[in-house]
Amino acid sequence: MQLTLYDKIWNEHLVHQQKDGTALLFVDRHLIHEVTSPQAFEGLRNSNRKVRQPNLTLAVVDHNIPTTDRSKGIKDEDSKIQVETLDKNCNEFGIQLFGMNDKRQGIVHIVGPEQGFTQPGTVIVCGDSHTATHGAFGSLAFGIGTSEVEHVLATQTLVQKKAKNFRINVNGKLAIGVTSKDVVLQIIGKIGTAGGTGSVIEYAGSLISDLSVEQRMTICNMTIEGGARAGLIEPDQKIFNYLKDRPMSPKNESWDRALEYWNTLKTDKDAKFDKEINLTAEDIAPMVTWGTSPQDVVTIDGKIPNPENESNIDRKNSIDRSLKYMGLKADVAVQDIKIDKVFIGSCTNGRIEDLREAAKILKDKKKAAHVHGMVVPGSGLVKEQAEQEGLDKIFIKSGFEWREPGCSMCLAMNADKLKPEERCASTSNRNFEGRQGRGGRTHLVSPGMAAAAAISGNLDDVRKYNN
Amino acid sequence: MMLESIITKMKKFNSLKSIPAYLPIVNIDTDMIIPKQFLKTIKRTGLGKNLFFEMRYDDNGKEIKEFTLNNEPYNNSKILITGNNFGCGSSREHAPWALLDFGITCVISSSYADIFYNNCFKNGILPIILNEEKIKELSEYSKRKEEISIDLNNQKIIYGNNEIKFEIDSFKKKCLLEGLDDISLSLEKLDQILSYEKKIMNKKPWIFND
Repeated sequence: MQLTLYDKIWNEHLVHQQKDGTALLFVDRHLIHEVTSPQAFEGLRNSNRKVRQPNLTLAVVDHNIPTTDRSKGIKDEDSKIQVETLDKNCNEFGIQLFGMNDKRQGIVHIVGPEQGFTQPGTVIVCGDSHTATHGAFGSLAFGIGTSEVEHVLATQTLVQKKAKNFRINVNGKLAIGVTSKDVVLQIIGKIGTAGGTGSVIEYAGSLISDLSVEQRMTICNMTIEGGARAGLIEPDQKIFNYLKDRPMSPKNESWDRALEYWNTLKTDKDAKFDKEINLTAEDIAPMVTWGTSPQDVVTIDGKIPNPENESNIDRKNSIDRSLKYMGLKADVAVQDIKIDKVFIGSCTNGRIEDLREAAKILKDKKKAAHVHGMVVPGSGLVKEQAEQEGLDKIFIKSGFEWREPGCSMCLAMNADKLKPEERCASTSNRNFEGRQGRGGRTHLVSPGMAAAAAISGNLDDVRKYNN
Repeated sequence: MMLESIITKMKKFNSLKSIPAYLPIVNIDTDMIIPKQFLKTIKRTGLGKNLFFEMRYDDNGKEIKEFTLNNEPYNNSKILITGNNFGCGSSREHAPWALLDFGITCVISSSYADIFYNNCFKNGILPIILNEEKIKELSEYSKRKEEISIDLNNQKIIYGNNEIKFEIDSFKKKCLLEGLDDISLSLEKLDQILSYEKKIMNKKPWIFND
């Protein structure tokens, strides 16, 4: 029988399967962080259970920590307790932790690949929906709730039912100024935020192969915004080169054996997909979201939609509600929308290539005077690399703040947030109501587009700056 | 059975009768259900007062009168009827914890995001999937402030003189009905876990050696 990559990884990890299809799946890699783990450890303690495989678990603080000077610790008492609780739990249960002052600390989905903890063909889970990111390595990676975190800690397995196979093919070449962020925003706009529900999406096609490892991560990362359980891509030589000699990658003979296995991780030629769609890369333009759902996308040269043109009443109400929240009028040109803030960072776009892309646009230019801009590198190592390349100086010179690594204003759990009615061009992944701060208005864009918006003070077309 | 006392940890779900609350909004995400400032807790309880925080309270922390759940009898509803793709976005289990703490143990929608859907079952909440037409029909009972009943065992919603069947995974149903703790159930398969681990230590040793 012809199998998809998802089928193969699924079969390889079956520990047990009931007649009704409910399966116990082995988990090779478990990432944890301070926000969704405390109750899981409390549960273990209450039931007198141990962590089954502490070596297969890696902990990092990211969601709830300050991105400003950390020498004085954390001011917010609740945040401090959460970070200390993770430290205490990792100590007690023997789990490796990258704490706030560790150079390797960063956003969990940036740290995993960077350390070589993320590997092809593995099942990777984390109490965070953006775990889909790791699918770029040809792993089955998905977000779980805290009860499931506890289940994985206690058993190194997870109770799952098989999802459907959904393939998205993107062929062709991207125009200058168009990035994988635009590709995934276009995909979400096309399938909708529930389009992938109950499915695992495999991304394929010549464009996907041409993308760098980090660009692929951006696409897989936002798979959850299309409602799919996971997104994955066949691993290739680019992935293997990326992983070679990472601290937690297999070494020596182990590497050779792993490589041999990783080379088998391919969807069979005639494998059947439950659903399949095709996109042409040449048709994709720089995208921006106008509303309060990641599916509310429009090209940068487009206009805000008019609810009066919508025949479906639920959809009409939803557009009305979004426009009211966003403080926008129908039919306004996107490039006429003035912004107050720019946020460059997050597990979607906080890697070195993202920072290079933004810095390229900002070089020798100043941000608009009324705009407040911040860059939050995805990890301590990304920050270090950027500083070696002098990117920090470009950002600072153009008027941006250069911060410490963390999730920051992507979810605004720490002090980094929008004030009511402030409008932000953001490289993050969610434009939900209140996501970046109560009443805050988010427009999702690529790093280059965020930089362009900072310069002009309006949402703007990065292609004007790409000479 | 000896394990009985350990296995039954979660509150059992049987039948339920309540005037449903109706929130006709599509794509309600988990940020809307419980915003991030309440994720700083290290407990599972106490989140009910902050459920739907931004829709429920104004900038001064006062209840917004127009919001359904701020009004009698909906402030005591055990059933929430809502728009499609409920619970999308973040994986935070704080969303079902907040619903549960508020007193909602059954949600009715035409679709749910996967992670939220799974999280409900871990907390004794029944998420029912119905088509839009039936949802509109049931929402009338909310408007008229009439009770509807949920019978999980027979997979039925009873309203007025009518009833609708709903589908649910048989294993998930059993766990809800019996309040089963799935960690204990999985640990009953420890032998299989051990033999799986042994197998991959030979086949893929790099999985265990960082």
